[in-house]
Amino acid sequence: MNNYIPIDNWQLALAAALILINIALSLGLRLGLARKLGIAALRMVVQLLLVGYVLGWIFALDNPLWVLLLVFMMSAIAGNASVNRTRRRFPSIYWNSFVSILAASGFVTGLLVEGIIHIHPWYDPQYVIPLLGMVLGNALTGTSLALDRLMEDLVSRRSQIESLLALGATRWEAANETLKEALRTGMIPTINSMMVLGLVSLPGMMTGQMLAGVNPTNAVRYQIIIYFTLAAGTALACISVILLAFQVLFSPEHQLRLERLRKIDA
Amino acid sequence: MSVSKIGRQFQGRWIWQNISFELFPGDRLAIVGSSGAGKSLLLRVLAGLDSIQSGQIIFQNCPLSTLDMPQFRAQVMYLHQQPALFEGSVESNLQQVYKLAIHRDRTYDRAKILAYLSSLDRSADFLERSVEHLSGGEKQIVACLRSLQLSPQVLLLDEPTASLDKTTTEQLEILIAQWQRTDALKAYIWISHDPEQIERVTDCQLALSGSPLPHA
Repeated sequence: MNNYIPIDNWQLALAAALILINIALSLGLRLGLARKLGIAALRMVVQLLLVGYVLGWIFALDNPLWVLLLVFMMSAIAGNASVNRTRRRFPSIYWNSFVSILAASGFVTGLLVEGIIHIHPWYDPQYVIPLLGMVLGNALTGTSLALDRLMEDLVSRRSQIESLLALGATRWEAANETLKEALRTGMIPTINSMMVLGLVSLPGMMTGQMLAGVNPTNAVRYQIIIYFTLAAGTALACISVILLAFQVLFSPEHQLRLERLRKIDA
Repeated sequence: MSVSKIGRQFQGRWIWQNISFELFPGDRLAIVGSSGAGKSLLLRVLAGLDSIQSGQIIFQNCPLSTLDMPQFRAQVMYLHQQPALFEGSVESNLQQVYKLAIHRDRTYDRAKILAYLSSLDRSADFLERSVEHLSGGEKQIVACLRSLQLSPQVLLLDEPTASLDKTTTEQLEILIAQWQRTDALKAYIWISHDPEQIERVTDCQLALSGSPLPHA
């Protein structure tokens, strides 16, 4: 970390001036984005500065309870955001999403820090928080796509599913194709990004480590284990959220319970 | 099959209540009533696709709630008004149901299907056709064959000919009659808006009134 340059407030302000390029373009071309851009930029700055202070505080406290509390809060926000990107709701959807994301991300992150990287102490926030954050972000995208696909498909393929049920299919047999399709949809972004990793995109964590002065070959090694963790975490979170939704939307009497599904206005 | 005092609630409102009737082997029962009276909902309930909020349905002396649904539905089959087929040929649609656990011990019987088809003046070529090129009536015939080949005890027909022309309607009636002749114990319930058809294909009627009875 010999050549790491910290950024002061003056430099921040200078960079913020770059947003003026966007705003000028939006005004000049009448894109109508100026207001939204302004709000988004402001939110980004405030949220990140706050997170910086909170993380700095938690890093300094070095207490497992605070780390765990942060883990729960981050998972809750991810679970909430995942559901908010879908177009339908069922009664326990927020709870299902939170449990799935927390359990899957917690499990794989735990394996990573305890079983592979061997950090000490086990809760060292310098590792746990950023790693979990990346796993959560990916699981969030996966579960929201999977949930959305599942609910839309159940509605659009209702007659096919009920035909199968009427012919004597179990709920599992009738839903099988739809569940698999939802899982596939949830996994696609992770698989696609692994395909072009390093060729088209330089992942943020790797770039960050390199900026902090880490040797690129070491940074790449970190990125590789991260990606395996992300893929496993996303798959587990998607499977969990799909199975929980299946339990709600199909009754033990092998009925499709679409009346539990409510469309929300975008 | 015996139905006693069943009621169905939807969004806090009773669609119908206190419906009781019995269906004996060999019965040909019609359900009539205006649109919105809940005829389809009644059939869906009988097939176990929806739940009832009051009363009891008994099939072969066992309450519906205690029966294994796939096994029950293999005997009491519901045929949708809008047939839902899967991509592929007619024959693949007919074969597909044998992959379900409940029908796995049986095998697809092409001769039986061909016998049904010949009574409709259709050849084996029909089996090779892709379902996306079928007319609405032909799709309904395929859906009907898909159920009939499994020889259910009871068929629940939800306006199967509502959107079909006269010829296809007759063909479908032929199919159902043929299935019923194979075994005198087979029974069906048929929803129809066509009085002539009801006259042709059923012996007794159950009338659903559109507005809920005040004392119900």
